[in-house]
Formats: sequence, structure tokens, C-alpha cells
Amino acid sequence: MKRLSTFLIYALLILGSLVMFFPFVWMFLTSLKPFAEIFELQVWPQAPTLDNYREVLFKTQFPRWFLNSLIVAGITTLSVLFFDSLVGYALAKLRFPGKGLIFVLILSTLMVPTEMLVIPWYVMSTEYGWSNTYWGLLFPGIISAFGVFLMRQFFETLPTDLLDAGRIDGLSEFGVFWRIAFPLVRPALAALGIFTFLGNWNAFLWPLIVVQTADMRTIPVGVALFSSEAGTAWNLIMAASSLAVLPVLLVFLFFQRQIIEGVVLTGVKG
Amino acid sequence: MRPPEPAQRRVSLATREALWAFAFLAIPLAFFLFIRIWPAFQALWLSLFDWHADPSKRPFVGLEHYEQMLSDRLLLKALQNTLAYTLLGVPLQLLLGLGIALLLNAVTRFRDVFRAIYFAPYVTPAAAIAWVFSWMLSPNFGIVNEILSVFGIPPQPFLTKPSQALATVTLIVVWQNLGFQVVLFLAGLQNIPRDYYEAARIDGASNWQLFRHITFPLLNPVMVFSAVIGTIGFLQLFTQVVNLNFTDQGGPLGSTLTLALYIYQVAFARFELGYAAAITVLLFVIILSITLVQLRLLSRRVEY
Repeated sequence: MKRLSTFLIYALLILGSLVMFFPFVWMFLTSLKPFAEIFELQVWPQAPTLDNYREVLFKTQFPRWFLNSLIVAGITTLSVLFFDSLVGYALAKLRFPGKGLIFVLILSTLMVPTEMLVIPWYVMSTEYGWSNTYWGLLFPGIISAFGVFLMRQFFETLPTDLLDAGRIDGLSEFGVFWRIAFPLVRPALAALGIFTFLGNWNAFLWPLIVVQTADMRTIPVGVALFSSEAGTAWNLIMAASSLAVLPVLLVFLFFQRQIIEGVVLTGVKG
Repeated sequence: MRPPEPAQRRVSLATREALWAFAFLAIPLAFFLFIRIWPAFQALWLSLFDWHADPSKRPFVGLEHYEQMLSDRLLLKALQNTLAYTLLGVPLQLLLGLGIALLLNAVTRFRDVFRAIYFAPYVTPAAAIAWVFSWMLSPNFGIVNEILSVFGIPPQPFLTKPSQALATVTLIVVWQNLGFQVVLFLAGLQNIPRDYYEAARIDGASNWQLFRHITFPLLNPVMVFSAVIGTIGFLQLFTQVVNLNFTDQGGPLGSTLTLALYIYQVAFARFELGYAAAITVLLFVIILSITLVQLRLLSRRVEY
């Protein structure tokens, strides 16, 4: 009876895993098929080829989009980690007038949907000449309210005695933050960093709005627009999708523990 | 160095600390005001004007845009669809997420492997996921219809028939979000102390009673969080809808149009930024009220 139910549970889990994983497999298999073969519904490519990848990499601006995504996600991540830590530290460990108000103000912005902000951002970008620039792509992500909340939670767990020890040793307050507190919250920084990077790598709405020329597109926008131009070149779209998805899956495999801990931290214990 | 008087020293230390705090906060808070708070008020302000590229030529129209919404058939359609997405998607992903988490909690081997597989879609770009599904669901060449034909089911027009498209998009979004729910619920389940179950079992409780009186109430905070995050996600649905149908976004016949996509179309295809801003205010009010109601309702159901 117990053996049977264990068997059933594994069977269900494996079935579910197939449903979850199959789209990735099918994407990858299609990307290896020449155009003539993709409508034949053979599971395995009869004449596997890397031509689709070659075409995406050399005949579209995909490498440039990849670089743009890397620049935007990378700089945003560094900026969020630094600024959110500064604010989180001040809110958790320093006493100053207006502290509660500032915290509530930052948290309340979590209720405001991005859709409401993109229109003023667009107006700002056109008026100040930021549209179609890296700064235009970057500025909405400089700091994150969610990150401030997360970092504050973490800094609160640090013992104050430890920070006082640094102060007695003659460190400035920034020294205490940078040399003592910052390195101690590394797990939180890892989780926040990965989420910020992935969120910006996957972002679609704002890059779609702020970018006008093909060379400034990020991967999702680049491939989406190239797909609508290329029509039904599914073999190319699947090669481009694989190139967009694989780095993310690799990051996920590598940092799986931090990512999952990050979700748990914000949802269950937050 | 001679130490100052104790009272004087305390004051100066407190001032010093506050000065440091403001030094830390100055730049981040300036950014914050500039990219989050000020634009939110600017959206409200813009919604009272008709759009013109030159700020001095934007006529003030008061609440006209809000009146305009009442007779906007497309907006009504987008609202209905968005509501349908949320009502279908949120309960479905909560139920599936909880179900899978319960299964995972019952096994010991390969748990991390399964969890990773279920979670992988959540981190991948929603746009790319949409392209892959759009290819798999194609009516003539899609692998999904091919699989269905093995079971003798006729080809389905998943994304091209108005009566099926919304449900299809919902399923794709649920597929992508599922891992997030699973991870949360699994962590919630593992937070429940084993002793509770052992004590209840000694008292002769059935499996269902264990679930009903221990698991379910203790998972409530996780469920509230999941439901709120899920609802906000579905209310802002955009990327998948746009990328599932490049040539007829929100189609067929507006059957998959969402509020967020409609806002995008009004703002950046029709360039009615004032009206679009007014609709974003509506979206904000909806998100705010649903979140507040949901938090209250769900947290009241806890029984101990």
C-alpha cells in the first residue's frame, strides 16, 4: 500500500516534469533543424545543423542585443546592490528622524504598477533626450524598493555589538557599513543580485518603449521584432530563443540554491 | 583627547548618526523620488490633459478621460479579459502549486531535482517562453496537436480561435509561474513542525483531518502571499500576450487583450498618452483595492 502510493507520487512528479521540461527540449530540437524539416514533425532532426545559429549570430544583430542585455542587466544589478544596501543599512542600523516615514514611503511604491510609471518615464526620456540611449534603458532600474526591504531585513539580523566594535576601532560609519556589514550579508546580496539580473535580462515592456533603433534593442525586444519581421522563420526564432534561454538556465543551475532561498526568504519568512 | 561631558556626548553622537544616515540616503532617495514617486504623481497629472509633444500645448481636459472610459468598448473588453485571466489563473496555479508541493514533500529522493525542473520556466524570459509555445501550438505544424492526434483528438485552434485563446494564454502563464508557487509552498510545508502531525495522529486524526486542521491553516500566510503576488502578476499580463501572437496582438478579435496591452496600444500606437495615463490610474486603483481586500479576506480565514 505504502509502496504503491510512493510509486504513484513519483509517476505524477515525473509526468509533471515532462510537461515542464518538454518545451525547452522542443525549442532546442527545432533550432537544430533546417527550415525544410521543421514542418515535418520528426522528433529528432534528420540532418542536424548549426546553420540556424550561424544565421542568427551573423546575419542579425543578435550579438549586439546580447551585449546590450548584458550591459543593462549588469549595471542595474551593481547599482541596485550598492544603493539598496546603503538604504537598507541606514533603515536597519541607524537612528534618525523621519526613519519610519521613509521606510513606509519606499514600501508604498511597491503598489504602483510599472504601467503607470512607463508613460511618465517615456515623457521624461523624450524631453531630456534619453530615449534610445543606455541611460534611457538603465535609469528606471537604478534602485529597487523590494531590494531595500530585503536588505533591511538582513541588516537587522546583524548584532549591533559587532558594528560598535568597528566604530571603537575608529572606522567611519561608511567604513563600518562597507568593511563589516556589507560582507556579512553576502547571501542576501547573492539572492538580490541574481533576481535583479534575471529580471532585467528578461524585461520586455520598458526596453520595447524606450528603444527605437535595432542596434539598441535588448534580446527579448530584438528577437520579438525580428520575429515579426521574419514572419514564420521558426527555425531561426527557436535558435534565437535557445540563445536567450540557455544563459538564464545556466545561471539558474549554477545559483539554484541562492535563487530558491531568495524566493523562500521573501515569501515565507519575509 | 579629553572626553566631553556625558550628556553633551550623547547628543552629538545622535546627531552624528543622523548625519551619516542622511549622507547614506541622499543619492538613493533622490533617485527614488525621481524614478518612482514623482512619475506616479506625474501619471495622475498627465491623465488630466490631452497629449501634445510640446508641454505648453497640452490642453487641460479635467476628468474627461475618466468619462471616456465609460463608453470605451475595447477598454471594457480588456477589463473583462483581465478579470477572466485572474479568476482562472490564480486559483489554478495555487491549486497546482500546492498539489505538487504536497507530492514533493512526501518524497525524499530527487526532491531537489524535481524542484529545479519545476522552477526553471519561472526564471526564463517570458517572451522566449511565448515564442516556443506559439510554435508548439501552431494549428497545422504544432507538436501539441500532433500529440493530441495520437489520442484521437482532432487538431485544436488553441491561439487562433477566440473561444480558446484566453484559456490557452492562461495555461501558458500558469505553466511559467508554477515553480514559484511550488517553491513557496514546499518551504511553507517544511516549516510546519513534525510534532503537530505526530500528536494529531496519536489522537486518531485521518490524513484529511491532518491537512484540514494543521497543514491548511499553517500554510495560510504563504497562500496569502502567493495569491497576492499571483493576482498582481495576472493583472499586469503583457509580455506573453504580445509575444504569443506577433501579427495580431491581443487577438483573435480582442479575445486575449489585457489592460496592460491596451494601455500600451493607446499610449504608443495611438499616442493618446493622457488617456493611457488615465487607464493606468484605473489599473493602480484595481491593484490597490484587490490587494487590500485579498489580504483582509484571506487572513481572516485562519482558524486555530
